[in-house]
Amino acid sequence: MSTPNNYFQPDFSGKFGKYGGKFVPETLITPLKELEETYFQLLKDDNFNKELDKLNKEFSGRPTPLTFAEGLTNYYKRAKIYLKREDLCHTGAHKINNALGQILLAKKLGKKRIIAETGAGQHGVATATVCAKFGMKCFVYMGEVDIERQSLNVFRMKLLGAEVIPVSSGSRTLKDATNEAIRDWVTNVNDTHYIIGSVVGPHPYPMMVRNFQSIIGFETKEQIQIAENRLPDYIVACVGGGSNAIGIFYPFLNSGVKLIGVEAGGYGINTNKHCATLTLGREGIFQGMKTYLLQDNDGQVSEVHSISAGLDYPGVGPEHSYLKDEIIADYFSVSDEEAIKATELLSQKEGIIPALESAHAIAYLEKLTPSTAKDEIIIVNVSGRGDKDLYTIKNFLGY
Amino acid sequence: MSLISNYISEKNNAKEKILSVFLTAGFPDKNNFVELALDILDAGADMLEIGFPFSDPLADGPIIQHSSQSAIENGMNLHKVLLILKEIRQNTKKPLILMGYANPILRYGKSKFAIDAIASGANGIIIPDIPIEEYDGFFDSSFNPIDKILLITPTTTKDRIKKIDSVSNGFVYCVSVSGTTGSLNNKVDETINFLTNAYSLVTNNKMLIGFGISNRDDIKIFSPYCDGVIVGSAVIKSLMEDTSGFRKTLTFISDLKDELIRSTRQ
Repeated sequence: MSTPNNYFQPDFSGKFGKYGGKFVPETLITPLKELEETYFQLLKDDNFNKELDKLNKEFSGRPTPLTFAEGLTNYYKRAKIYLKREDLCHTGAHKINNALGQILLAKKLGKKRIIAETGAGQHGVATATVCAKFGMKCFVYMGEVDIERQSLNVFRMKLLGAEVIPVSSGSRTLKDATNEAIRDWVTNVNDTHYIIGSVVGPHPYPMMVRNFQSIIGFETKEQIQIAENRLPDYIVACVGGGSNAIGIFYPFLNSGVKLIGVEAGGYGINTNKHCATLTLGREGIFQGMKTYLLQDNDGQVSEVHSISAGLDYPGVGPEHSYLKDEIIADYFSVSDEEAIKATELLSQKEGIIPALESAHAIAYLEKLTPSTAKDEIIIVNVSGRGDKDLYTIKNFLGY
Repeated sequence: MSLISNYISEKNNAKEKILSVFLTAGFPDKNNFVELALDILDAGADMLEIGFPFSDPLADGPIIQHSSQSAIENGMNLHKVLLILKEIRQNTKKPLILMGYANPILRYGKSKFAIDAIASGANGIIIPDIPIEEYDGFFDSSFNPIDKILLITPTTTKDRIKKIDSVSNGFVYCVSVSGTTGSLNNKVDETINFLTNAYSLVTNNKMLIGFGISNRDDIKIFSPYCDGVIVGSAVIKSLMEDTSGFRKTLTFISDLKDELIRSTRQ
């Protein structure tokens, strides 16, 4: 893993500036240390790297293409737009990149039982997939609200042999699924590995998941060099927990490329029904990390909303909090409605139906392109495909 | 020496092991909570851990999740918890400990919280999501006058237990099972092994055990390996089910204390 452009985060204690860390119950400290040690061993292990490369290539279908979006470019008549096609990964989203890395890690740790949390179901499906391939027992925690709106993914997980455990506490979405997964891990820590799906939670997860996802950015860097013989001017990605965004940003940090994260604005950031954590959140300690957090004045975590289950989360990866404060990346939000419009636009101009999460990144083009010039280049990360969201989109559009 | 450790020593010297009771502030009813807390102390609790609620209590099982949620819905916040604590303090000399997660304190303001908590009469604080890794960054000097009670668990290594024992004050909170609050203790031999080891390693502090202590039998089995026990979920559960104006819960507390005295003096 090469470190980009004088960027050395996190520090040895897992802090990105003042964010990150290990704010967890004592029971998890020793397992987190074991995880960190094993991860660092594996990084230096040629066999591990070879095995992961092979799986990425032969199982996930990497590298994913960088597609020139001619239709979109002609539509906006400004900068050239390219799409990084994580929607073409096996299982339909970037989540598999991390799941494959972590299942090899779990094998090395000698764990037999895998747990995961999921919002949109993409990380759950990716985890169920790697568990099927490696013969591990898989339990996926999922909020009841998400089970309802992502029923196809629930069935996919079951078909892959995983058990989906409905979570009825709190807002019954991703945050609560994560709480339950952590509680399961606290209870079954001896034989269980927890595959966290995003760059969230206690150290070493945010660092480790970023590193597994940075393959997106490293490929993009090579591909844009081949296509255009230069780096892009902008990279745009959606941010819930922020794993696809940090994955594509990482090799471009401090390289002069403008990095833009797009959060879910829900019904609008002037309502209280959104997930614009970096835009409107305040420093908090939550799910093992210090990070921006949507919370009330008593420090209770807010009930948030997004049409996209994968972005419906009141926290955000601690590295994004750091990148925001240091102005290394910029963060904006788009609403449910704008995301749906972008879904239609990408479908009709490019023949690509994006996941509602990724549609948030596409939607930001509406705001970004007018200020760009024709000789500039924008890359948008299409983190996943939209099949799972068809019912939601259909209902929203009133078909 | 802290008031808490002095108090535990005094009791232990009189051949009594400690009963510490956890209550979620404002649960089940914020209007008569102070009275309930004082009744529980009268019924035999040696000290109280007053939980301030958080929306996402990671270390807690379903029972304390429920009481926290219900307390939040009843409008409980850290400010009100401190007022409640102050009222209890005016009526008892027994140790009072605040317990809860880091985020409400961060939002309240760490130093302001420390000052207000001490002024309200808190003797100690337990924050399960501040392990020693985050201890120095979280507890600034305004927390100096209050005991910061740290936890050890079955996954805590020997060296780490020693380190935690050297940092913790008041007592060391020994979590008897890997799991959330209210977990069942179904591996008795394993637990006794762990407690025996832990008890021999904790030399600077008194050691109280919690998580998985819910009845007289648990006390009979585990009290030889500690200086006292902490009962939380079992009490909250009893309060939830109690239709006798808390008489059943108060009897339950007296029974637990009775068993602690009986087992110690045998």
